[in-house]
Amino acid sequence: MGYQIPRQKADRLFARLKQNYTIYAPKLFAGDGCFSDTDIIRYGKITDLDEIEWNRRSDYSFKEALLAINEVLFYFTEGETTVPPCPEKKLLIFLRSCDLHAVKRLDTIYLKNGAEDFYYSRLREKARFVLMGCWETCDTGFCASMDTNRSEQYDLYLKLSGSSLWADCKSEELQPYFAEAEGTVCDVQPDSVTENKEKVTLPRKLSVESFQNPIWESYGSRCIGCGRCNFVCPTCTCFTMQDILYRDNANVGERRRVWASCQVDGYTDIAGGNSFRKKQSERLRFRVMHKIYDFEKRFGFPMCVGCGRCDAICPEYISYTNIINQLAKEET
Amino acid sequence: MKNEYIPFPSQVREIIRHTDIEYTFRMSFSGSVKPGQFFEVSIPKYGEAPISVSGIGAGTVDLTIRRVGKVTAQIFERYEGSVLPMRGPYGNGFDIENYKGKELVVIAGGTGLSPVKGVVDYFCEHPEEAVSTTLIAGFKSPQDILFRQDFERWESALQVIKTVDSAPEGYRGLTGMVTKYIPDLPIVDVSNTDFITVGPPAMIRFTIMEILKRGVPEQNIWISHERKMCCGLGKCGHCKMNDTYVCLDGPVFNYAESKHLID
Repeated sequence: MGYQIPRQKADRLFARLKQNYTIYAPKLFAGDGCFSDTDIIRYGKITDLDEIEWNRRSDYSFKEALLAINEVLFYFTEGETTVPPCPEKKLLIFLRSCDLHAVKRLDTIYLKNGAEDFYYSRLREKARFVLMGCWETCDTGFCASMDTNRSEQYDLYLKLSGSSLWADCKSEELQPYFAEAEGTVCDVQPDSVTENKEKVTLPRKLSVESFQNPIWESYGSRCIGCGRCNFVCPTCTCFTMQDILYRDNANVGERRRVWASCQVDGYTDIAGGNSFRKKQSERLRFRVMHKIYDFEKRFGFPMCVGCGRCDAICPEYISYTNIINQLAKEET
Repeated sequence: MKNEYIPFPSQVREIIRHTDIEYTFRMSFSGSVKPGQFFEVSIPKYGEAPISVSGIGAGTVDLTIRRVGKVTAQIFERYEGSVLPMRGPYGNGFDIENYKGKELVVIAGGTGLSPVKGVVDYFCEHPEEAVSTTLIAGFKSPQDILFRQDFERWESALQVIKTVDSAPEGYRGLTGMVTKYIPDLPIVDVSNTDFITVGPPAMIRFTIMEILKRGVPEQNIWISHERKMCCGLGKCGHCKMNDTYVCLDGPVFNYAESKHLID
């Protein structure tokens, strides 16, 4: 149901939500960018509507709300393991349409590829999604090409505009908060873009032969293997295990899983010295083919949601969009 | 819901020393398990390593481990009677039924013999269930030969070719790569002959070239892949090739179905 809620009442509504939900949203971290005098937008816990960065796409995706960069799987002492408890509060995660489509990709890997993942599953059950609208396209995104520019799967749509909060609440669980908020019932439709600056055509005739395409070498030779493209991607889910020891007691520690990148050295190394993708071009091929071919072959829909973050973050200006378009062009 | 990441304790029942750096650990385990599946041996403080099942007994599984990394070095520090945490088994493993009534040839290099050893053991105990069973096992040098006691048993029931890449003068066994022995293998009916080959990637590649030269159909060739794995559960991504997860869909693959896989 749609509502227009005056700002003061919206703040009270938000305060009530805060009591029962941990709220994750994109925040502006002024001066925290990789280069001097640059900002960064990434996710964090928020306590106020004004902390949310409503206008610009976040540099990093929402995924860390569900998959922590470092996640403790268990603590160990000499003979025992202890699993950390799941946070009690439910999660309210603010995200845009492309990212909401990415949730389906995370679910696919963590809930449907083999047995359900204990840690993801217990957090995912608690997660509710708040759609943020896009009224103009971001620079590198191509959601319209990937058909991810609209989403109906939200629990709540929110927009802060003028002196009002506009909401469309689809979730029964959240409905009471809005019923109490004394807003005006009205029709609210999420803002969405229908066209982007970047337009992408997915190649549709990829095959095993595509692995031999010289395109991988021509783009991959510029890659420095920093892995940023993986870390900003809302659909990259890989991790590596890491055991940490506490300095004050070497028999006590924790096993974590930490985000991993298929572009970074070590990703395919096995004990004894073998590794399987030594060249950067092979790693680039692996990533791109996963996003637009392998995942779809296994699960029936492309992995990439067209958020465009990988193109924006690449320090070598390697354009994933150009690679895809060139592959598609070669097919015609 | 089961938390698959938590290892269970397994007693080390026995240790069989093959070489200085390769031991078989006979571990207590009573669940269902197939040859070619693997366990993640999981040592808190050091990490986890995927290890193939090299033998299955009553209430035990054998893990043949080569001391080459951080985790395996730690395993070697633990002795008989102690406990190793592990989780699994994972992966598909070899399906014995595929090889019954066939001429079976197993070609293994070094520790590559471990994942397929359960299959060899089965047909050693039930030789009548296959038309014939041949094992070609290659090792770097005479010192690197694994499963010496098992070879005595196998040699009495199966055709066994045990070869070393190089040997000091006076060595009386066979020498040369495993591929050397493929052209002269007695095969009655290639369409009823299945090959299993496990070993380092280069060995697998050249072995398959030789097998195909014998006119064996691709779907009669089986391989087991080794990849980095952090979870064994289809989540961590390290073992993925194309649309395939080695931990879930493998590590055992039919060659005809997997030859297109590219890292």
